[in-house]
Amino acid sequence: MSGYPPEMQESIRMVESTRPRRIRESFPAMSLEERGAILKAFHPDYKDETFHAIRVGVSKGQRMPIELARVVEGRPHIGPDFNLSDPMIETDVLVVGGGGAGASAALLAQEQGAKVVVATKLRFGDANTMMAQGGIQAADRPEDSPPIHYLDVIGGGHFTNAPDLVEALVVDAPVVIKWLEDLGMMFDKAPDGMMMEEHGGGTSRKRMHSARDYTGAEIMRTLRDEVRNREDDITVIEFAPVIELVMDDQGRVVGAIVMNLETKVHRFIKAKAVVLATGGGGRLHYQGFPTTNHHGATADGVVLAYRVGAPLGYLESMQYHPTGAAFPEQIVGLLVTEKVRGLGAQPINREGAQFVYPLEPRDVEAAAFIRECREREMGIVTPTGQPGVWLDSPMIEIIQGPGTIQRALPAMARQFGRFEIDIAQEPMLVYPTLHYQNGGVRLRADTSTEVPGLFIAGEVSGGVHGHNRLMGNSLLEITVFGRRAGRSAATYAQQITLGTPNLAHVEAWNRELEEAGVDTGVVSPILLPDYTRHV
Amino acid sequence: METEKQPEVTDAELIPIYIMGKQYMVPPTLTIMKAIEYAGYTLIRGVGCRGGFCGACGTAYRILGDPKLYFGLACQTVVQPDMYLAQIPFFPAQRTRYDIRQLEPIAATLFTTYPEVLRCLGCGACTKACPQEIDVRTYMAAGMRGDIARMADLSFDCIMCGLCAARCPAEEAQYNIAILARRLYGRYLAPRSEHLLERLDEIEAGQFDAQMAELKSLDKDALTERYKARDIEPK
Repeated sequence: MSGYPPEMQESIRMVESTRPRRIRESFPAMSLEERGAILKAFHPDYKDETFHAIRVGVSKGQRMPIELARVVEGRPHIGPDFNLSDPMIETDVLVVGGGGAGASAALLAQEQGAKVVVATKLRFGDANTMMAQGGIQAADRPEDSPPIHYLDVIGGGHFTNAPDLVEALVVDAPVVIKWLEDLGMMFDKAPDGMMMEEHGGGTSRKRMHSARDYTGAEIMRTLRDEVRNREDDITVIEFAPVIELVMDDQGRVVGAIVMNLETKVHRFIKAKAVVLATGGGGRLHYQGFPTTNHHGATADGVVLAYRVGAPLGYLESMQYHPTGAAFPEQIVGLLVTEKVRGLGAQPINREGAQFVYPLEPRDVEAAAFIRECREREMGIVTPTGQPGVWLDSPMIEIIQGPGTIQRALPAMARQFGRFEIDIAQEPMLVYPTLHYQNGGVRLRADTSTEVPGLFIAGEVSGGVHGHNRLMGNSLLEITVFGRRAGRSAATYAQQITLGTPNLAHVEAWNRELEEAGVDTGVVSPILLPDYTRHV
Repeated sequence: METEKQPEVTDAELIPIYIMGKQYMVPPTLTIMKAIEYAGYTLIRGVGCRGGFCGACGTAYRILGDPKLYFGLACQTVVQPDMYLAQIPFFPAQRTRYDIRQLEPIAATLFTTYPEVLRCLGCGACTKACPQEIDVRTYMAAGMRGDIARMADLSFDCIMCGLCAARCPAEEAQYNIAILARRLYGRYLAPRSEHLLERLDEIEAGQFDAQMAELKSLDKDALTERYKARDIEPK
């Protein structure tokens, strides 16, 4: 039984007929010049009319998607007269965000002797970390090295990455793998202990470590379990998004206002240092794209940090993952892991032909898919009008042996299997989907920012990936910089004496909006997407 | 703000579903989660990743006239006519605190950390409830034998939604016991990766410091040349 309608099955027959030949054929990779040209012509980042230069704040003039600019230029939830004299809790380190970066920060801060509060918008672990499937990079094989990893990262990012951040990423990478394993994470290994490592887009060495295709989930549930084991020192408050940071009279961040998402009551959490680990903003649906992101990905951290004066960067580039599901309609936009291509599946057009090297960097691969559908009209169109190209997953078992899909891609097999599509027998239809925020709040390698007391980790930050992130470097980023943030924030917290908390920055922000004549009509951070039907 | 695309349907195509007993008419192609939003609810509980990985949207349902009880994830299950839905976003479950560094990867660790593991009746209600189609009963049986490696392997795809615990007549929190088994396996029983330990020694010894400093000092043109000249490890 096939879950595909007859007209799509016709195209599948053509994919099947060319498969024996294609298995022996490799499509050439693009030169740097070719990459530049296709990005300019087809990547969503180059549609100028969908961008807006923000008009207020320290990074005035920074271009970003219109949908993001609207929330960054938004009005605060509360006024400057909010009562700060009665904090609901006082702590050394407040970690904002309960994903992989936040959990890593909490653990390392606790190990430095800090009392920690984690405030998170939804449940602890409701984060993009949980959904990351394919893997985590680390140069730990003899054929590989941190300097080789460095070159891959910086070339994939179009040579715009912040060098200190890339160095931290690649040198800490093997350390993080060991740390995760010591916490009990189960990596895919050969019986002799060799990590099973694959290529990802833009890698020159096989260094993608995995835990089946639940790599992010395995990291998240392990970190979460460990945080829960340390509840004497780490208090987790769920359904408590931060709506505003709080500063003291010396311009340092000294806590945050959280909202109880269910009762809507606002309370002050006083802290000597704050780690912002709030993730990205896929739920803002830039240019109307579907997204792979979790429900709470609404760019809150960028809004919060910017209002207290932390510079932003790289937000003119968003990552569109080349392989979002394009069929069936119920799962459009959800992630089809890059590991599918890493294991050998080729992208194929409706006539069964290859049209792009399968493992270009993500932005280039996505642009090639868009060109194939829009300009060349060689994509497949589903009954609901969604375009896509084939990802020839049955090749995997021919190349890697029968049973590989159940062993290495159980989440993918399960997701498509729910809709009667056996990905070991039939290809998957895919199209680019909004996946990752390459840019964000600027930081130093120790995760500190221009604002004292404010530390940054994970997708909310900008600089490490330049203008394009490679697969497997986000799970790495959250753990590397989450750990650094926890350590830095706890060390900083030991050294300071808090001044008087205040919300003067809210007043100044409102005044600046007024003087610039900016009124987007949005109260931000927006906290949740609005998917209710308005009748 | 741009919202998720709503399908275009005529009134005649809408089907009835019942959200906690109250009827709503919704398009037949929606997932349970999107149907609840279509009905006008703003979700806070019972929504997380929306992609089948986080376990926030466990749902129990019946179809009118059918005595069987069904389970699924709201974000991964398509609505059916006359579906009676109850979201189970939270279920109270026993969890024991432990220090992974102090434990031994042996049967006694499972039995002392979670003595209730031995109370499992083997009824299989958990397996029937699992939206991941994990054979929970079999991994619990492995746990009762103290087979940590098998429990870890069989439970690996668990998203910790808690539907197994909600159905268990022996009041087990299977998913909490299973993560203990997986962490014991990952830390103590998995084969050691010598190449990783060697790399850590090299980093510790500063073996890459000079190369890294040199790379960081290069301008864009020089980096570009290096990047182009990389040799790519064959597939």
